[in-house]
Amino acid sequence: MLDAAKGPLLEVRNVTQRYRGGSHGDDGPPVLEGMSTVLNEGEIVGLLGRSGCGKSTLLRIVSGLIRPSSGEVIYQGAKLEGPADGVAMVFQSFALFPWLSVLENVEIGLKAIRVPAEEARQRALAAIDLIGLDGFESAYPKELSGGMRQRVGFARALVVHPNILLMDEPFSALDVLTAETLRSDLVELWTEGRLPIKTVLMVTHNIEEAVLMCDRILVLSSHPGRIASEIRVTLPHPRDRLDPQFRQLVDNIYALMTRRSTSKQPGRDGLFPGSGIGMVLPRVSTNSIAGLTEEVAAAPYNGKADLPHLADSLQLEIDELFPIAETLQLLRFAELEEGDIKLTGAGRRFADAEVDQRKRLFGDHLLAYVPLAARIKRVLDERPTHTAPASRFREELEDYMSEEYAERTLRTAIMWCRYGELFAYDEDAQAFSMENPE
Amino acid sequence: MTRFVTFASLGRRTLPNQWDIIALSLIFGAFVLIVHGSRGMLVPLPAPSANAIDLSYLQLPYYALRTTLRMFAAMTASIIFTLTYATIAAKSRRAEMVLIPLLDVLQSVPILGFLSFTVTFFLGLFPGSLLGAECAAIFAIFTSQAWNMAFSFYQSLRTVPRDLSEVVDGFRLSGWQRFWQLETPFAVPGLIWNAMMSMSGGWFFVVASEAISVGDTTIKLPGIGSYLAVAIDQRRVDCVLMAVLAVLVVIVLYDQLVFRPIVAFADKFKVELSASEKGDTPWVLRLYQRTSWLKRATDPVRDAFDWFTSLRIDLPAWGSSRPASRTVSRLIDIVWFALVGLLAAYSVYEVATFVGAALTWHDLIVAMGLTLVTMLRVVVLLALATLFWVPIGVWVGLRPNLAEKVQPLAQFLAAFPANVLFPIAVIGILSFRLNPDIWLSFLIIFGTQWYIVFNVIAGASAYPNDLKEAAANFRITGWSWWRKVILPGIFPYYVTGALTASGGSWNAAIVAEYVKWGDDKVAAHGIGAYIAQATDAGDFPRIVLGVAVMSVFVIMFNRLLWRPLFGFAERRLRIN
Repeated sequence: MLDAAKGPLLEVRNVTQRYRGGSHGDDGPPVLEGMSTVLNEGEIVGLLGRSGCGKSTLLRIVSGLIRPSSGEVIYQGAKLEGPADGVAMVFQSFALFPWLSVLENVEIGLKAIRVPAEEARQRALAAIDLIGLDGFESAYPKELSGGMRQRVGFARALVVHPNILLMDEPFSALDVLTAETLRSDLVELWTEGRLPIKTVLMVTHNIEEAVLMCDRILVLSSHPGRIASEIRVTLPHPRDRLDPQFRQLVDNIYALMTRRSTSKQPGRDGLFPGSGIGMVLPRVSTNSIAGLTEEVAAAPYNGKADLPHLADSLQLEIDELFPIAETLQLLRFAELEEGDIKLTGAGRRFADAEVDQRKRLFGDHLLAYVPLAARIKRVLDERPTHTAPASRFREELEDYMSEEYAERTLRTAIMWCRYGELFAYDEDAQAFSMENPE
Repeated sequence: MTRFVTFASLGRRTLPNQWDIIALSLIFGAFVLIVHGSRGMLVPLPAPSANAIDLSYLQLPYYALRTTLRMFAAMTASIIFTLTYATIAAKSRRAEMVLIPLLDVLQSVPILGFLSFTVTFFLGLFPGSLLGAECAAIFAIFTSQAWNMAFSFYQSLRTVPRDLSEVVDGFRLSGWQRFWQLETPFAVPGLIWNAMMSMSGGWFFVVASEAISVGDTTIKLPGIGSYLAVAIDQRRVDCVLMAVLAVLVVIVLYDQLVFRPIVAFADKFKVELSASEKGDTPWVLRLYQRTSWLKRATDPVRDAFDWFTSLRIDLPAWGSSRPASRTVSRLIDIVWFALVGLLAAYSVYEVATFVGAALTWHDLIVAMGLTLVTMLRVVVLLALATLFWVPIGVWVGLRPNLAEKVQPLAQFLAAFPANVLFPIAVIGILSFRLNPDIWLSFLIIFGTQWYIVFNVIAGASAYPNDLKEAAANFRITGWSWWRKVILPGIFPYYVTGALTASGGSWNAAIVAEYVKWGDDKVAAHGIGAYIAQATDAGDFPRIVLGVAVMSVFVIMFNRLLWRPLFGFAERRLRIN
């Protein structure tokens, strides 16, 4: 589109980001590790990954909102030292100021750089016009539908004529139809060259969305986030979801994302980050576990299912489906391979069992394959009182992960162990005990 | 874990820690220093002239106007204080460590007891003119308004939504623009609610602070409070009643003319994605929106404000932007702590010498005993008010039509300064020869019980319909309905109300335990009467002792009773 001989617009060099705070200082476990890439003019680049892979963190590092623990971002030939001119962001939550009208929201970026009022008004109106918001200038965000709100978000970012447009899962808070309209509107404006921007970097966890919009997709692995692979999409716009080439790409990426990580870390178990007691557990309810097992065990899958197909029929985003599938893998109820999920013998038994049998099986597998569950059980067994405060385990977990993840992991362990009837937890006393509540 | 905090006091700690002790000693040290300083400046206090208060009814509108102006002057001061103090506390870690405990303790100190100090100080600043007394009165009202507003603002600053904050950073708004475009608008709904509560609380103080005598000096500022005081001196029941009427009228007027439009206006600052159900637009706001000339007249004001708030002033970048090296930061910390520690130690020394010069350990024991009596009074009366009002509040709250009518009345009664009615109670006690220890007690809760009432009504109104239907469906009735169904549901609301009522009651004790009617004085046993009598006698060491002991008790009372209850309500009983 433009002169490709120019150097890259922005370069990410060996960026690593660690959890901050707690007892770790700056030396907590990494969120992102050794990330390097470039953004060139005239392309839409997608960051595809699951929650916890640090894709939003990378976006914020590129925007200058946070600084990496190590490594650097080079923008227009200089090191990025904070939010820069010509980088604008669109947010998942829209992030509109509820007390400002549509027009005022769009103008806010211009106000910050002291654009004269008359010019600011003209530019804002032009952006509003471009993005299809005419007639809504004086409305307040709470009067608008989700799609309209996100259009304001786009107008606000475009009005400053940024070189780089950053988008943080911009369509994931919208319903399916609205999201699709907005995507195609945006792609159309982009291909027609009507957007006053040079490049787009977007974060998404939706594989089809990435294939639909991007010229280049960076697939990130999780915990810590690394670039697992880079995929070029050369299909011409507008792309057709039913095109066999399109489907093939989607299937390939599914396979890529379920591939057992060939991590250098020893002792890593399955796809969850951390090892042993320091494993980060996802928030997956036992109902979802049972539900997915039953779904895969039943016809038409009969024990083996294609994940894209499953996601489609269950209407689950990969962010919802993958954690459940991986929990099944962790518990040895299923195997994940090349975009397929396959139940193991234990998984089939679990699917067929009665409630009590299920619980027993679940409890046994918890003790065998979830180190945290085994640890809590052992501590309770060893103590004469057979009780232990939750804080003891929370603190132990915080040596391996951030406070937030420690809390979530402990909550998940409590939920699973209650179902497996391994021990009891008293919320008021914040303590574990061996006795079962009456 | 994120927890929803509504109470103007955060932190997981319940027991007072070293910061509370430092805060407490700093506050009392400052007061002692003020007394020291102003005493040296002028002895004796010159009684400002123009003290005559005319009891003619026709003068009342004028007095009401003066009082209202005082209220608004104090509110302006409170807002300025809030915008600066809370902002510094929220932006600087080191300042926060001192300022927030300070605020927390100030909230618990019965400021009414300090009236005499501040009067002495301000009279010293402006010898011979009424300006000093005027400032003292405004300061007294200010102290009743500012703390909770500052707390609310501080909490808002700490909970600014992250995405909005990122927008502001991303577009590189300056610190000044950020403050006016993001932080202040976000804080507005909470701030306005607290300002309204403060305004209500302020009435109590305006009545108490317009006419004050310290030792031999008596000052009467023109206003409703002084009018009332003179009426009491001259035993004019009709004038007392007229003053009550004037207060009623003023409260209704400012509610209609000022607060309702502002609350409606503040609605747009609420950060919520769905449009909430809107009440009727207040008539004043509607009037304003429909007039074209008035709107045009205010346009320049708005433009000027816009210009002012979008100035690119780069406030010093706090916190994250320039992380100093760890050792330097540690060093500054140590110097800072040492400074604060020294100041606190000096304050303790000052207070100890000041009080110790005139008083003995025996006085301390007496003061503590009296505080226990007052505490007993507060506890018993809160319990009585609870037993009486909770069932009524629930009954009303479950009937939406009725609640709609009763709720404004309860809020209005909470705003009404109960001390206006105290003399009438004294007449009753005197004529029926009742025991003041028992009957004066009721005055303590008289003005504050309404907080319980309207919070319980609000809780019962907000009780989820499906739970009500479930209870009816399973035919849960009688005592178990109260215990399992409704009481846990309204508990968070009740605690909020009871907490406010409890704070108000401690302050009211200073006025309520020692009441005059002409030359007749009725006193109950308690720390409130102790402080009031010491004020009458101009006995500064006893005032300091009394207020200090009372403050410590109030802080302990809040930390050991209310905060755990509040935490429990937030954790377990919040219905989402």
